[in-house]
Amino acid sequence: MNFKLIMRIARSLLLARWRQTSVAAAGVTFGITMFIALLSFMMGLNEMLDDMILSRTPHIRLYNEVRPNAHQPINSSKSFSKSYNFIRSVKPGSSRQEIYNSRAVLQTLRRDPRIKGVAPKITAQVFFNDGPVDITGVITGIDVAEEDKVFRFNEYIVEGKPSDLNDVSNSIILGKSLAHKLLAQVGDVVYVTTAQRHAFSLKIVGIYQSGIEELDKVQSYTSLATAQKIWNQPGDYITDIHIRLHDLKKSAQLSTEFSALFNTDAEDILTSNSQFETGSFIRSLISYAVGVTLLVVAGFGIYNILNMLIYEKMDSIAILKATGFAGRDVNRIFMTIALSIGLVGGSLGLIFGFLLSYGIDHIPFNTASLPTLKTYPVSYNPAFYCIGASFSLITTYLSGWAPARKASKIDPVVIIRGK
Amino acid sequence: MAARNVLRATHISKSFHDPINIPVLKNISLTIDQGEFVSITGKSGCGKSTLLYILSTMDTDYEGELVIDGSVMKGKTERELARVRNEKIGFVFQFHYLLNEFTVLENVMLPGLKLASSSEEHIRARAMELLRLLDIHATSSKKARQLSGGEKQRVAIARALINRPAIILCDEPTGNLDKTNSESVFNIFNQLTTEHHQALLVVTHDQEFAKRTHRIIEMEDGRIVSSATPPEKKSLDTAHL
Repeated sequence: MNFKLIMRIARSLLLARWRQTSVAAAGVTFGITMFIALLSFMMGLNEMLDDMILSRTPHIRLYNEVRPNAHQPINSSKSFSKSYNFIRSVKPGSSRQEIYNSRAVLQTLRRDPRIKGVAPKITAQVFFNDGPVDITGVITGIDVAEEDKVFRFNEYIVEGKPSDLNDVSNSIILGKSLAHKLLAQVGDVVYVTTAQRHAFSLKIVGIYQSGIEELDKVQSYTSLATAQKIWNQPGDYITDIHIRLHDLKKSAQLSTEFSALFNTDAEDILTSNSQFETGSFIRSLISYAVGVTLLVVAGFGIYNILNMLIYEKMDSIAILKATGFAGRDVNRIFMTIALSIGLVGGSLGLIFGFLLSYGIDHIPFNTASLPTLKTYPVSYNPAFYCIGASFSLITTYLSGWAPARKASKIDPVVIIRGK
Repeated sequence: MAARNVLRATHISKSFHDPINIPVLKNISLTIDQGEFVSITGKSGCGKSTLLYILSTMDTDYEGELVIDGSVMKGKTERELARVRNEKIGFVFQFHYLLNEFTVLENVMLPGLKLASSSEEHIRARAMELLRLLDIHATSSKKARQLSGGEKQRVAIARALINRPAIILCDEPTGNLDKTNSESVFNIFNQLTTEHHQALLVVTHDQEFAKRTHRIIEMEDGRIVSSATPPEKKSLDTAHL
């Protein structure tokens, strides 16, 4: 009822003090701008860090741990069946690291709708022979196409062509720091020795840089077939299956399921990398806290302006009341003022916030550890904008509430007689 | 013609409670009929303004009964009272109390827009008509603050009339005006009562002004001491006839 009239009065009062009200709106604009920019930047950073670790970490890893057999002969003996048997210094037998029946396992996994991608691997320790020195390293046999699909492998190749792993026989891609240590370049040949003392020469077709120095110092990649050849194993030999899920949160549950189903060990990302969750969470918490603080400060600005406006407009309020405006109408007029400050300031803040984060997104940011990154990372999540918009309205509502209430309670008799 | 009773107050009493009970109005009863031009006079502090604010429904802290245009005010909510003020009562104050942010026309229209009993065009037309009646239509698009005191008071009168109120209450309407403007305000009031049968209640300490109204209610110490038609008014009326 009478909404149009209330809007009209609110607008006139606003315009009568447009300088102060624009300062108040600027406060909200600033708060929202910083809120959006800060959150976008922080989240961009979070996503990048998560990406760095999590995109290269499988959600679930299936493997066979080298461990002593759980079924020791003494447990099968009838004469000790009622006893509790302690065996000291049990050694692992000649247990195999390979995943049994790997073809069938892979087939089953590829058909599972919950899984985004599956990458089979062979991982083993080797020595890189560099003159008289042996450098320990890890060779991972991979299916290049699958690896790229699941872990965006190609993005981390800084030199050479990843597909050469398939095309060139006995080829290898070295980690950047490892190649540096070996003084090797693309086209060179490196010599490796396996733990079983087999020696091999491999041609370097590419350099890999993950950005994680620890990894780049030891890691190298070869094709599955070459890896099988190095370890003298048949064509279905694989030691690890890396699985990427559609929903990361299901990893623990599915890991248990696959472990039981395929009779292997399974490790899920949430268990092995829980610190990243915590780090991300705390970073976003800080951004939200700073953003909310800015808005609260802006809210106090609005509160002050409205209070001032009410003191200035006492006479007008009194006359409005005398001529038939109820306390509720006066309250609405001032709430409308507060909310329009919030609405205008908030909308501008969203726009400026977007522009600021867009600007940050274009500042060059080159770091040796992150080859894929050329500018500062920024996330354009629409959720931030929704949160920013609702925060601006909520803070202005709350800061307008008390002054509007005060205005609605003004006794016109006191004002008119007080003259 | 039996005049309609627009305002009736019976046994109105009021005390200020701070810090001790001080009675300011004692058992006041009065009635005002349609077309009547009544003034309340008395010395400063006799309670005449207090009485006016009770009659205006803005002050609800009193004892006794107040009936405006046939309905009892006691027990109404704040919103209902605001509605009564909007619809039944017009106000003219000593200090003109226009909204400076609005134009003259908008000031006059505001109570009409609030009541919203007719379309905006209709209200605008009526406001213009009132401004013309009061001979200030030339200022209609000016901001209220640009007017002179006399003009402002006439705008306030136009605003008071916009909703065709049952009664207009005035608190020292000429207190802040010079002789010429006072005269013109009086003439407007007189015209309203005689030609439009508008009921008017004016609180004033301007004896000259009061003497020319239909009835003077004289207050002293929170009581009505006399209520009579002034002799000059009678003679003036006969002189006119």
